[in-house]
Amino acid sequence: MTGLRYVYAVCRPFGTPLQAQLTGVAGDPPRALTHHGLVAVVSRVPERDFAEEPLRRHLEDLDWLTETARAHQGVIDALTTVTTPLPLRLGTVFHDDSGVRMMIEAREEDFRRTLDRLEGRVEWGVKVYAESEPQESAQPAQKPASGRDYLRQRRMQTRSHEEMWQKAEAFSTRLHEELSAFAEDSRMHPPQNPALSKATGRNVLNAAYLVPRAHSEEFVELVDRTKGEMPGLRIELTGPWAAYSFAGEAT
Amino acid sequence: MTTPSRMPEPYGQGSGANLADILERVLDKGIVIAGDIRINLLDIELLTIKLRLIVASVDKAKEMGIDWWETDPALSSRARRDELTRENAELRERLARLEELEPGRAEKKEAP
Repeated sequence: MTGLRYVYAVCRPFGTPLQAQLTGVAGDPPRALTHHGLVAVVSRVPERDFAEEPLRRHLEDLDWLTETARAHQGVIDALTTVTTPLPLRLGTVFHDDSGVRMMIEAREEDFRRTLDRLEGRVEWGVKVYAESEPQESAQPAQKPASGRDYLRQRRMQTRSHEEMWQKAEAFSTRLHEELSAFAEDSRMHPPQNPALSKATGRNVLNAAYLVPRAHSEEFVELVDRTKGEMPGLRIELTGPWAAYSFAGEAT
Repeated sequence: MTTPSRMPEPYGQGSGANLADILERVLDKGIVIAGDIRINLLDIELLTIKLRLIVASVDKAKEMGIDWWETDPALSSRARRDELTRENAELRERLARLEELEPGRAEKKEAP
Protein backbone atom coordinates (compact mmCIF):
# COMPACT_ATOMS: atom_id res chain seq x y z
CA MET A 1 0.00 0.00 0.00
CA THR A 2 1.61 3.26 -1.03
CA GLY A 3 0.96 6.75 0.25
CA LEU A 4 1.02 8.13 3.77
CA ARG A 5 -1.17 7.11 6.70
CA TYR A 6 -3.61 9.59 8.16
CA VAL A 7 -4.75 8.64 11.67
CA TYR A 8 -8.17 9.79 12.86
CA ALA A 9 -8.54 8.18 16.21
CA VAL A 10 -7.43 5.48 18.59
CA CYS A 11 -9.96 3.20 20.22
CA ARG A 12 -10.52 -0.26 21.62
CA PRO A 13 -11.40 -3.01 19.11
CA PHE A 14 -15.04 -2.76 18.09
CA GLY A 15 -17.16 -5.50 16.58
CA THR A 16 -19.29 -3.47 14.21
CA PRO A 17 -17.72 -2.74 10.83
CA LEU A 18 -17.51 0.91 9.79
CA GLN A 19 -20.08 2.13 7.30
CA ALA A 20 -19.02 0.95 3.85
CA GLN A 21 -19.73 4.30 2.20
CA LEU A 22 -17.57 6.17 4.70
CA THR A 23 -14.76 8.05 2.99
CA GLY A 24 -11.81 9.59 4.73
CA VAL A 25 -9.99 12.85 4.21
CA ALA A 26 -8.65 11.95 0.77
CA GLY A 27 -11.41 9.63 -0.39
CA ASP A 28 -9.81 6.42 0.84
CA PRO A 29 -12.13 4.50 3.21
CA PRO A 30 -10.75 4.34 6.75
CA ARG A 31 -9.79 0.97 8.17
CA ALA A 32 -8.81 -0.39 11.55
CA LEU A 33 -5.15 -1.11 12.24
CA THR A 34 -4.98 -3.25 15.36
CA HIS A 35 -1.82 -3.36 17.44
CA HIS A 36 -1.25 -4.29 21.09
CA GLY A 37 -4.99 -4.61 21.60
CA LEU A 38 -5.65 -1.04 20.46
CA VAL A 39 -7.08 0.14 17.16
CA ALA A 40 -5.83 3.07 15.13
CA VAL A 41 -8.34 4.16 12.50
CA VAL A 42 -6.30 5.09 9.45
CA SER A 43 -6.68 5.84 5.78
CA ARG A 44 -4.28 6.30 2.93
CA VAL A 45 -3.48 9.84 1.84
CA PRO A 46 -1.33 10.95 -1.09
CA GLU A 47 2.08 12.49 -0.47
CA ARG A 48 1.33 15.28 -2.89
CA ASP A 49 -1.21 16.65 -0.40
CA PHE A 50 -0.06 15.37 2.97
CA ALA A 51 3.72 15.56 2.94
CA GLU A 52 5.08 18.30 5.15
CA GLU A 53 5.28 21.11 2.66
CA PRO A 54 1.95 20.65 0.83
CA LEU A 55 0.16 20.00 4.11
CA ARG A 56 1.42 23.26 5.55
CA ARG A 57 0.32 25.07 2.43
CA HIS A 58 -3.11 23.41 2.44
CA LEU A 59 -3.70 24.36 6.04
CA GLU A 60 -3.67 27.99 5.01
CA ASP A 61 -6.45 27.32 2.52
CA LEU A 62 -9.82 27.64 4.21
CA ASP A 63 -11.68 25.66 1.54
CA TRP A 64 -9.28 22.73 1.77
CA LEU A 65 -9.31 22.94 5.52
CA THR A 66 -13.12 22.96 5.64
CA GLU A 67 -13.41 19.90 3.44
CA THR A 68 -10.71 18.03 5.33
CA ALA A 69 -12.08 18.98 8.73
CA ARG A 70 -15.55 17.78 7.73
CA ALA A 71 -14.17 14.49 6.42
CA HIS A 72 -12.12 14.02 9.60
CA GLN A 73 -15.15 14.76 11.76
CA GLY A 74 -17.27 12.42 9.58
CA VAL A 75 -15.02 9.49 10.45
CA ILE A 76 -14.92 10.39 14.15
CA ASP A 77 -18.70 10.73 14.09
CA ALA A 78 -19.13 7.29 12.54
CA LEU A 79 -16.79 5.83 15.16
CA THR A 80 -18.74 7.51 17.94
CA THR A 81 -21.82 5.48 17.02
CA VAL A 82 -19.98 2.18 17.48
CA THR A 83 -17.35 2.86 20.14
CA THR A 84 -15.65 5.56 22.24
CA PRO A 85 -12.90 6.99 20.03
CA LEU A 86 -10.02 9.18 21.13
CA PRO A 87 -9.97 11.74 18.36
CA LEU A 88 -6.54 12.90 17.21
CA ARG A 89 -5.93 16.41 16.05
CA LEU A 90 -6.41 17.01 12.34
CA GLY A 91 -3.32 16.25 10.28
CA THR A 92 -1.70 13.41 12.23
CA VAL A 93 0.20 11.66 9.45
CA PHE A 94 2.72 8.79 9.35
CA HIS A 95 4.87 7.36 6.58
CA ASP A 96 3.50 3.85 6.83
CA ASP A 97 1.67 1.33 9.02
CA SER A 98 4.77 0.59 11.05
CA GLY A 99 5.02 4.26 11.99
CA VAL A 100 1.46 4.05 13.30
CA ARG A 101 2.30 0.88 15.26
CA MET A 102 5.32 2.55 16.84
CA MET A 103 3.15 5.47 17.85
CA ILE A 104 0.66 3.10 19.51
CA GLU A 105 3.47 1.38 21.43
CA ALA A 106 4.89 4.68 22.58
CA ARG A 107 1.56 6.02 23.85
CA GLU A 108 -0.08 2.76 24.87
CA GLU A 109 -0.43 3.56 28.57
CA ASP A 110 -1.81 7.03 27.94
CA PHE A 111 -4.33 5.71 25.45
CA ARG A 112 -5.62 3.05 27.80
CA ARG A 113 -5.92 5.46 30.69
CA THR A 114 -7.78 8.03 28.61
CA LEU A 115 -10.00 5.37 27.02
CA ASP A 116 -10.97 4.16 30.48
CA ARG A 117 -11.73 7.68 31.58
CA LEU A 118 -13.92 8.46 28.56
CA GLU A 119 -15.52 5.05 27.99
CA GLY A 120 -19.23 5.44 27.28
CA ARG A 121 -19.11 9.26 27.43
CA VAL A 122 -19.96 11.79 24.75
CA GLU A 123 -19.52 15.52 24.47
CA TRP A 124 -22.36 18.01 24.10
CA GLY A 125 -21.77 21.55 22.95
CA VAL A 126 -23.90 24.37 24.34
CA LYS A 127 -23.78 27.91 23.04
CA VAL A 128 -25.70 30.97 24.12
CA TYR A 129 -26.20 33.88 21.74
CA ALA A 130 -27.49 37.31 22.59
CA GLU A 131 -29.65 38.37 19.68
CA SER A 132 -28.80 41.85 18.54
CA GLU A 133 -30.91 44.41 20.39
CA PRO A 134 -34.49 43.36 19.69
CA GLN A 135 -36.14 46.18 21.67
CA GLU A 136 -34.26 48.86 19.84
CA SER A 137 -35.14 47.84 16.33
CA ALA A 138 -38.77 47.61 17.44
CA GLN A 139 -39.05 51.29 18.19
CA PRO A 140 -37.76 53.48 15.39
CA ALA A 141 -35.01 55.80 16.56
CA GLN A 142 -36.26 59.37 16.90
CA LYS A 143 -34.23 61.99 15.21
CA PRO A 144 -32.54 63.90 18.00
CA ALA A 145 -33.80 67.47 18.21
CA SER A 146 -30.66 68.79 19.82
CA GLY A 147 -27.18 67.82 20.83
CA ARG A 148 -28.37 67.22 24.35
CA ASP A 149 -31.15 65.03 23.00
CA TYR A 150 -28.67 63.05 21.01
CA LEU A 151 -26.47 62.49 24.03
CA ARG A 152 -29.46 61.38 26.07
CA GLN A 153 -30.43 58.87 23.40
CA ARG A 154 -26.90 57.58 23.23
CA ARG A 155 -26.79 57.20 27.00
CA MET A 156 -30.06 55.28 27.00
CA GLN A 157 -28.85 53.02 24.22
CA THR A 158 -25.62 52.31 26.02
CA ARG A 159 -27.49 51.56 29.21
CA SER A 160 -29.87 49.13 27.53
CA HIS A 161 -26.92 47.42 25.86
CA GLU A 162 -25.17 47.07 29.16
CA GLU A 163 -28.26 45.69 30.81
CA MET A 164 -28.62 43.16 28.02
CA TRP A 165 -25.00 41.99 28.35
CA GLN A 166 -25.35 41.73 32.07
CA LYS A 167 -28.51 39.67 31.72
CA ALA A 168 -26.91 37.46 29.08
CA GLU A 169 -23.85 36.95 31.24
CA ALA A 170 -25.84 36.17 34.36
CA PHE A 171 -27.98 33.71 32.43
CA SER A 172 -24.94 32.01 30.89
CA THR A 173 -23.20 31.70 34.24
CA ARG A 174 -26.27 30.13 35.79
CA LEU A 175 -26.78 27.78 32.85
CA HIS A 176 -23.14 26.74 32.90
CA GLU A 177 -23.30 26.02 36.62
CA GLU A 178 -26.42 23.95 36.21
CA LEU A 179 -25.07 21.95 33.27
CA SER A 180 -21.66 21.48 34.91
CA ALA A 181 -23.36 20.07 37.97
CA PHE A 182 -25.10 17.48 35.79
CA ALA A 183 -22.13 16.70 33.55
CA GLU A 184 -19.02 14.81 34.62
CA ASP A 185 -16.75 17.49 33.30
CA SER A 186 -16.94 20.73 31.35
CA ARG A 187 -14.79 23.05 29.28
CA MET A 188 -15.28 26.66 28.32
CA HIS A 189 -14.28 27.51 24.78
CA PRO A 190 -13.65 30.98 23.36
CA PRO A 191 -16.69 32.59 21.75
CA GLN A 192 -17.08 31.62 18.12
CA ASN A 193 -16.36 33.79 15.18
CA PRO A 194 -19.60 34.69 13.38
CA ALA A 195 -17.90 34.53 9.99
CA LEU A 196 -17.14 30.85 10.56
CA SER A 197 -20.26 29.90 12.47
CA LYS A 198 -22.60 31.95 10.25
CA ALA A 199 -24.63 32.45 13.41
CA THR A 200 -26.43 35.66 14.21
CA GLY A 201 -26.19 37.40 17.53
CA ARG A 202 -23.22 37.57 19.83
CA ASN A 203 -21.85 34.32 21.21
CA VAL A 204 -21.74 34.80 24.98
CA LEU A 205 -21.25 31.18 26.06
CA ASN A 206 -19.47 28.39 24.22
CA ALA A 207 -18.98 25.35 26.40
CA ALA A 208 -18.58 21.59 26.13
CA TYR A 209 -19.92 19.03 28.59
CA LEU A 210 -18.84 15.45 29.10
CA VAL A 211 -21.91 13.31 29.66
CA PRO A 212 -22.36 9.53 29.88
CA ARG A 213 -24.33 8.24 26.90
CA ALA A 214 -26.86 6.82 29.32
CA HIS A 215 -27.60 10.30 30.71
CA SER A 216 -27.56 12.13 27.42
CA GLU A 217 -31.29 12.23 27.03
CA GLU A 218 -31.66 13.91 30.41
CA PHE A 219 -28.94 16.39 29.55
CA VAL A 220 -30.68 17.30 26.31
CA GLU A 221 -33.94 17.83 28.20
CA LEU A 222 -32.16 20.00 30.73
CA VAL A 223 -30.88 22.25 27.94
CA ASP A 224 -34.20 22.22 26.12
CA ARG A 225 -35.99 23.45 29.21
CA THR A 226 -33.88 26.59 29.31
CA LYS A 227 -34.70 27.50 25.71
CA GLY A 228 -37.01 30.47 25.49
CA GLU A 229 -36.56 31.16 29.20
CA MET A 230 -34.95 34.49 28.52
CA PRO A 231 -36.11 36.70 25.68
CA GLY A 232 -33.32 37.93 23.44
CA LEU A 233 -31.14 34.90 24.14
CA ARG A 234 -30.77 31.87 21.91
CA ILE A 235 -29.47 28.53 23.15
CA GLU A 236 -27.88 26.09 20.74
CA LEU A 237 -27.09 22.47 21.44
CA THR A 238 -24.76 20.34 19.31
CA GLY A 239 -23.78 16.72 19.69
CA PRO A 240 -23.30 14.02 20.58
CA TRP A 241 -19.66 14.59 19.68
CA ALA A 242 -16.74 12.33 20.43
CA ALA A 243 -15.14 13.67 23.60
CA TYR A 244 -12.82 16.02 21.68
CA SER A 245 -12.61 18.61 24.41
CA PHE A 246 -11.79 16.05 27.08
CA ALA A 247 -9.37 13.78 25.25
CA GLY A 248 -6.33 15.88 26.11
CA GLU A 249 -4.83 16.11 29.56
CA ALA A 250 -6.69 14.38 32.37
CA THR A 251 -8.30 16.56 34.99
CA MET B 1 -29.62 8.18 11.16
CA THR B 2 -27.46 6.51 13.80
CA THR B 3 -28.58 4.22 16.60
CA PRO B 4 -31.75 6.16 17.30
CA SER B 5 -32.87 3.67 19.88
CA ARG B 6 -29.99 4.39 22.23
CA MET B 7 -29.31 8.01 21.60
CA PRO B 8 -31.39 11.13 21.48
CA GLU B 9 -31.63 12.63 18.02
CA PRO B 10 -28.36 14.29 17.17
CA TYR B 11 -28.65 18.03 17.50
CA GLY B 12 -26.90 19.95 14.81
CA GLN B 13 -24.39 17.19 14.13
CA GLY B 14 -22.88 16.49 10.75
CA SER B 15 -24.07 19.00 8.23
CA GLY B 16 -25.89 20.99 10.91
CA ALA B 17 -22.87 21.63 13.09
CA ASN B 18 -21.40 24.90 12.00
CA LEU B 19 -17.88 25.20 10.65
CA ALA B 20 -16.66 26.89 13.81
CA ASP B 21 -17.95 23.93 15.89
CA ILE B 22 -16.02 21.51 13.73
CA LEU B 23 -12.82 23.53 13.36
CA GLU B 24 -12.53 24.33 17.05
CA ARG B 25 -12.68 20.62 17.76
CA VAL B 26 -10.56 19.06 15.03
CA LEU B 27 -7.90 21.80 15.15
CA ASP B 28 -7.79 22.91 18.74
CA LYS B 29 -8.94 19.83 20.63
CA GLY B 30 -8.28 16.14 20.39
CA ILE B 31 -5.07 14.34 21.15
CA VAL B 32 -1.89 15.89 19.89
CA ILE B 33 0.60 13.37 18.55
CA ALA B 34 3.69 14.22 16.60
CA GLY B 35 3.35 12.15 13.45
CA ASP B 36 6.10 11.45 10.93
CA ILE B 37 4.92 14.45 9.01
CA ARG B 38 5.77 17.31 11.27
CA ILE B 39 3.42 20.15 11.22
CA ASN B 40 4.69 22.46 13.81
CA LEU B 41 1.93 22.82 16.38
CA LEU B 42 2.76 26.46 16.47
CA ASP B 43 1.81 26.56 12.81
CA ILE B 44 -1.61 25.26 13.64
CA GLU B 45 -2.05 27.68 16.48
CA LEU B 46 -0.93 30.54 14.29
CA LEU B 47 -3.25 29.29 11.63
CA THR B 48 -6.27 29.35 13.87
CA ILE B 49 -5.37 32.83 15.02
CA LYS B 50 -4.98 33.87 11.42
CA LEU B 51 -8.28 32.28 10.55
CA ARG B 52 -9.97 34.20 13.29
CA LEU B 53 -8.46 37.37 11.96
CA ILE B 54 -9.05 36.81 8.30
CA VAL B 55 -12.67 36.01 8.77
CA ALA B 56 -13.37 38.69 11.34
CA SER B 57 -14.13 41.96 9.76
CA VAL B 58 -11.30 44.31 10.52
CA ASP B 59 -13.59 46.99 11.89
CA LYS B 60 -15.21 44.56 14.27
CA ALA B 61 -11.84 43.41 15.49
CA LYS B 62 -10.72 46.99 16.06
CA GLU B 63 -13.96 47.67 17.85
CA MET B 64 -13.11 44.87 20.21
CA GLY B 65 -9.67 46.34 20.71
CA ILE B 66 -7.89 43.69 18.65
CA ASP B 67 -5.47 45.56 16.47
CA TRP B 68 -2.07 44.12 17.29
CA TRP B 69 -1.47 43.08 13.70
CA GLU B 70 -1.32 46.72 12.74
CA THR B 71 1.88 47.09 14.68
CA ASP B 72 3.28 43.67 13.87
CA PRO B 73 5.72 44.11 10.98
CA ALA B 74 5.19 40.51 9.91
CA LEU B 75 1.52 41.13 9.33
CA SER B 76 1.14 44.73 8.35
CA SER B 77 2.85 46.53 5.51
CA ARG B 78 2.16 49.81 7.23
CA ALA B 79 3.81 48.61 10.40
CA ARG B 80 6.72 47.47 8.27
CA ARG B 81 6.96 50.91 6.71
CA ASP B 82 6.63 52.54 10.09
CA GLU B 83 9.33 50.36 11.44
CA LEU B 84 11.62 51.19 8.55
CA THR B 85 10.93 54.87 9.09
CA ARG B 86 11.66 54.53 12.76
CA GLU B 87 14.82 52.57 12.13
CA ASN B 88 15.86 55.11 9.53
CA ALA B 89 15.34 57.99 11.93
CA GLU B 90 17.25 56.17 14.61
CA LEU B 91 20.17 55.53 12.27
CA ARG B 92 20.22 59.14 11.10
CA GLU B 93 20.29 60.27 14.69
CA ARG B 94 23.15 57.97 15.49
CA LEU B 95 24.99 59.12 12.43
CA ALA B 96 24.48 62.74 13.42
CA ARG B 97 25.81 62.01 16.88
CA LEU B 98 28.85 60.29 15.44
CA GLU B 99 29.43 63.16 13.08
CA GLU B 100 29.35 65.56 15.99
CA LEU B 101 31.99 63.53 17.72
CA GLU B 102 34.18 63.35 14.65
CA PRO B 103 33.47 66.41 12.54
CA GLY B 104 36.56 66.04 10.40
CA ARG B 105 35.77 62.52 9.29
CA ALA B 106 32.16 63.29 8.51
CA GLU B 107 33.09 66.20 6.27
CA LYS B 108 35.48 64.06 4.35
CA LYS B 109 32.75 61.49 3.78
CA GLU B 110 30.21 64.01 2.67
CA ALA B 111 32.47 65.83 0.26
CA PRO B 112 34.52 63.35 -1.69
